[in-house]
Amino acid sequence: MAKVPITVNVNGAEHHEEIEPRLLLVHFLRETLRLTGTHIGCDTSHCGACTVIMDGKPIKSCTAFAVQADGRSVMTVEGLEQDGKLHPLQDGFFQEHGLQCGFCTPGMLMTGYAFLQSNTDPTEDEIRHAISGNLCRCTGYVNIVKAYQHAAQKMREGGA
Amino acid sequence: MIPRSFEYYSPHTLDEAVALLQKLGPDAKLLSGGQSLIPMMKLRLLSPEYIVDINRIPNLDYITESDGHLKIGALAREHELESSEVVKQKFPILADTAKVIADPLVRSQATICGNLAHGDPANDHPATMLALGATVVATGPKGQREIGIEDFFPGLFTTALEPEEILTEIRVPTPPPRSGGAYLKLERKVGDFATAGVAVQITLDEAGACKRAGIGLTNVGMTPIKAKQAESFLTGKQLDDAVMQQAAELAASESQPMDDIRGSADYKRDLVRVLTARALTTALNRAKGGA
Amino acid sequence: MAPKTSPEIGGMGHSVKRKEDPRFLRGLGNYVDDVNLPGMLYLDIVRSPYAHATIKNIDISKAMAIPGVLAVITGKDLEKYNLHWMPTLMSDTQMVLPVDKVMYQAQEVAAVLATDRYIAADGVEAVEIDYDPLPVVVDPKKALLPDAPVLRTDKKDKKDNHIWHWEWGNREATDQLFNEAEVTVKEDIYIPRIHVSSIETCGCVAHFDKVKGKLTVWMTTQAPHAIRTVFALVAGHVGLSEERIQIISPDIGGGFGGKVPVYPGYVIAVAASVLTGKPVKWIEDRMENLQADSFARDYHITAELAGKKDGQLTAIRIKTIADHGYTDAAANPSKFPAGLFHVCTGSYDLKAAHVEVDGVYTNKPPGGIAYRCSFRVTEAVHTIERMADVMAHELGMDPAEFRMKNFIKPEQFPYKSALDWEYDSGNYAAALQLAMDRIGYSELRKEQAEKRARGELMGIGISSFTEIVGAGPSKHFDILGIKMFDSAEIRVHPTGKVIARFGTKSQGQGHETTYAQIVAEELGFPVDSVLVEEGDTDTAPYGLGTYASRSTPVAGAACAIACRKIKDKARKIAAYLLEAHEDDLEWEPGKFFVKGSPDRAKTIQEISLAAYTNHPPGMEAGLEAVNYYDPPNLTYPFGSYICVVDIDKGTGEVKVRRFVAVDDCGNIINPMIVEGQIHGGLTMGLGPALYEEIQYDESGNILQGSFMNYLLPTAVETPKWETDKTVTPSPHHPLGAKGVGESATVGAPAAIVNAVVDALWHLGVRHIDIPITSAKVWKLLREAGVKG
Repeated sequence: MAKVPITVNVNGAEHHEEIEPRLLLVHFLRETLRLTGTHIGCDTSHCGACTVIMDGKPIKSCTAFAVQADGRSVMTVEGLEQDGKLHPLQDGFFQEHGLQCGFCTPGMLMTGYAFLQSNTDPTEDEIRHAISGNLCRCTGYVNIVKAYQHAAQKMREGGA
Repeated sequence: MIPRSFEYYSPHTLDEAVALLQKLGPDAKLLSGGQSLIPMMKLRLLSPEYIVDINRIPNLDYITESDGHLKIGALAREHELESSEVVKQKFPILADTAKVIADPLVRSQATICGNLAHGDPANDHPATMLALGATVVATGPKGQREIGIEDFFPGLFTTALEPEEILTEIRVPTPPPRSGGAYLKLERKVGDFATAGVAVQITLDEAGACKRAGIGLTNVGMTPIKAKQAESFLTGKQLDDAVMQQAAELAASESQPMDDIRGSADYKRDLVRVLTARALTTALNRAKGGA
Repeated sequence: MAPKTSPEIGGMGHSVKRKEDPRFLRGLGNYVDDVNLPGMLYLDIVRSPYAHATIKNIDISKAMAIPGVLAVITGKDLEKYNLHWMPTLMSDTQMVLPVDKVMYQAQEVAAVLATDRYIAADGVEAVEIDYDPLPVVVDPKKALLPDAPVLRTDKKDKKDNHIWHWEWGNREATDQLFNEAEVTVKEDIYIPRIHVSSIETCGCVAHFDKVKGKLTVWMTTQAPHAIRTVFALVAGHVGLSEERIQIISPDIGGGFGGKVPVYPGYVIAVAASVLTGKPVKWIEDRMENLQADSFARDYHITAELAGKKDGQLTAIRIKTIADHGYTDAAANPSKFPAGLFHVCTGSYDLKAAHVEVDGVYTNKPPGGIAYRCSFRVTEAVHTIERMADVMAHELGMDPAEFRMKNFIKPEQFPYKSALDWEYDSGNYAAALQLAMDRIGYSELRKEQAEKRARGELMGIGISSFTEIVGAGPSKHFDILGIKMFDSAEIRVHPTGKVIARFGTKSQGQGHETTYAQIVAEELGFPVDSVLVEEGDTDTAPYGLGTYASRSTPVAGAACAIACRKIKDKARKIAAYLLEAHEDDLEWEPGKFFVKGSPDRAKTIQEISLAAYTNHPPGMEAGLEAVNYYDPPNLTYPFGSYICVVDIDKGTGEVKVRRFVAVDDCGNIINPMIVEGQIHGGLTMGLGPALYEEIQYDESGNILQGSFMNYLLPTAVETPKWETDKTVTPSPHHPLGAKGVGESATVGAPAAIVNAVVDALWHLGVRHIDIPITSAKVWKLLREAGVKG
């Protein structure tokens, strides 16, 4: 099939690639750009391990074609850290033991990144609903909630 | 998990999109939110030869109130219903509905119009739009036409759209004062389709009797169902517990569920009864000015 | 108990933040699908739509016509190398690729090798296979009927679908107690098939280097050494030799037992790499994972409990039919085909017991123990805890009081159970009392009575479980003949830094931190000075891997013992440096000092340097030790869980209002990590209790073949777990530690079921099989005349 050219800004860097229209965004990130922090955990858009931010919104990158990202900007987990400094969410997960095997973690972090932009002081219930599209098998979610709360507090105090 | 190959088009105007649908014929599918289409393509349940991506068409992503209607554009996303002030104030039933569609990540891409256009009786908005008495605007080669929501779902996975038409707007009449609505969905877990779902929208007259009732049912039939008998039963009556219970029983009798992995037909029918009564209670409360 | 070391050293008892976290937080983990080698090819698998069918023809021509498809491998290709069948971990046999017939839906039938993932998928769709369906057997009870079709026609002389019969205990003594019993209760308990569904699916990258004659396989495996040996045995005849096989288990996205078996995909990828000399990647997608990978449970149990009217239990009798799928590929220790199911006397002082299990073949994928369950211990605990509750309710006794009356008492430890397990230590009453205090048990019972009077449904369920982990002593435990020791190899560098390697393999349990904490505890090196490595069979000492909560009990012990060997040598070096006698030296974390003269001291770092620069004459240089630890016994973590549920009469929904978990895993290495294990384990108890199951229809079609219908709990369904602990050290473990990873999954389902049944007992409900769906509860309510 004919390839199409796309230009995507990923984590602040412009990428020009020629890709098949059917190439899923998650494969574009992982295989074409070799950013393997975004993970694949299912094939029916349920698990959220593939969550990235596209034009400010958290989306499941397995349920989007790379062509849809043409001209847009995408942020992946690799883009969270700035100048060697961890984002408050990353620090929150570290402090609160919000990860075990680490496979769902990038998705949880990116969902959190978008969520905390619009909800700076979330309740536990709001957090649990916000992450209801991200499955975790290891942590039982308790410490993920704490990690979000830790990050929210840090961001309110100006740590963002 | 890998779709088959296809040719990709990304028109920048509606006219272009319609022309493409005409040219490419039935092997073309529209891509808006893609949250129903892309999963089906990944499983190769659907393998369109052509994809017409309408996401680059400007000015389709509105949710605004004008001319006595809430107007929802083709590219308005589900999550916008959750945060829209006008929806919270005047159409809380739409926020109720959006909140229980899939999960928050799906909702940042999924479109409300797409939820109707897919024709799936398991989708949630059809029941709500039936309860609200909405109108669908279709844009095609012959221009625009309006389709009443009651005529929009003739059969399973079938809508009243012609093959070259795009669902470009949903129009919901602004409810008059003393109106209230609610959408309740029983799902096995967050993200699932409804085992059963009920949308109720009522308006009371000055004496507090029910002037108008709209009741829509999700996933208990081959199409979304309008519970007409329950609706007419409620009209003109004061809504006390006994009346609401009876309406709920009627709505249950109008449902046509089947046994499947989510439960038996008997279970689903009874859920319609239970959820209708509960949705009516909330709708009544909201109509009286409560939450 | 306060930690013995400072927070800077970070020994046992400190909630040291995890050393492995930084790479995961940055998206820089190295999981198998992240491995990318030059010239790498992709393998994708064609799977059978039928549960039982003869393969008439495989037409690969259309697939081969696709540019980029290099080969399509079938059973006939592997047969040339005698690789089409291989042994299972239970010494049965399994197909890699079939030659004659398929025996479960989604079975691997052919494999497409292509230049990229997308082309491989197209290739899979293009392979055309003609099948002749055969009669399907999905019900194990029907499989045992005389007229049932015989599935294993590959086994000469096999005339039925019965795999093995196993029994344990004193049948006569048990029957006698049942005959004399004042009260008996009996229930049929079906624990359905479930699937572990780690968020990372299984896969590998196999790379046969033709120049070196060496095979390297990056693999999602919890037991890399065992895999290496199996490959050497199975493929030795095609030139693979164990010293030239390297299995690398990199970062693993969850295991829970599902990444122990050898799946056909691995073997085909290896074969493809050997044949082509190129790296071959195989990564299964989720539907393949759910439909073909190792499952857990599927036990059809009939259980009976005998006792006295005053509530004193006397005996238990259990018969079980175990549905194993088409072959016995459970990864149990070889002497125990039903795992450790005979821990089913539980936490109670039963006088006699008898248990029997019959394994059966059906047309389903093989497996049986891959779901965080400790070798069938979940099945055992579910049975005894459900039956204890049935008996308590039958007698009108409070279930907590009933348990207290029957618990094994602290003074009875070490306790020999009626089924011959020697429980090392326990204090069951203390754990239950703490759980009751934490949840406010008596207030809840009052609330329940008030609610019941108003027709509202509220239930309280208890599970007081005894776990059995740390497999295991060489006398009784082996897998394919390999004894179940585990190992630690610890080497100290001149600059006072340590590298420690183990035969286990973490899939999220935090070994890079916890093993370092053991070294910190034993030798006083700060935890940041200790690098932990696992998973590369070229460098790690031989071990049996991580599953069944065995790492802390076995490899953790090996770590302590190896450290103690190092400490002995360190003492000698210190004595030499301090010009004192060894016996005159005292130890505090991180240094030896002369008794009475604390300023005459040598730090462990100074000793480390001296081991290379200034060691006693006649002594070998260096400072290192290896230990292969053969545990003298298993360890027995335990706990009490209490669950409160409210039931919606209208919809049948069960809402878990509160859940208190009190766990005792002996001495704790890292409280934060232990708590995390409990949270995760409880959630994997909630899933099976209310949401998860795998069913097949009469034709062997799977009904929950994707996450659409195989329902994993999200953060909304999952309650806010409340945890607490008691500490009863293991007397035989060098650190007094017991292991904890699976306790919560083992103990939780019974607490939830007991709560729901407790809510409905007055309506005539005595037992409900999991998962307790809203639909099931609704049916029970309506049958009892309760309308919402």
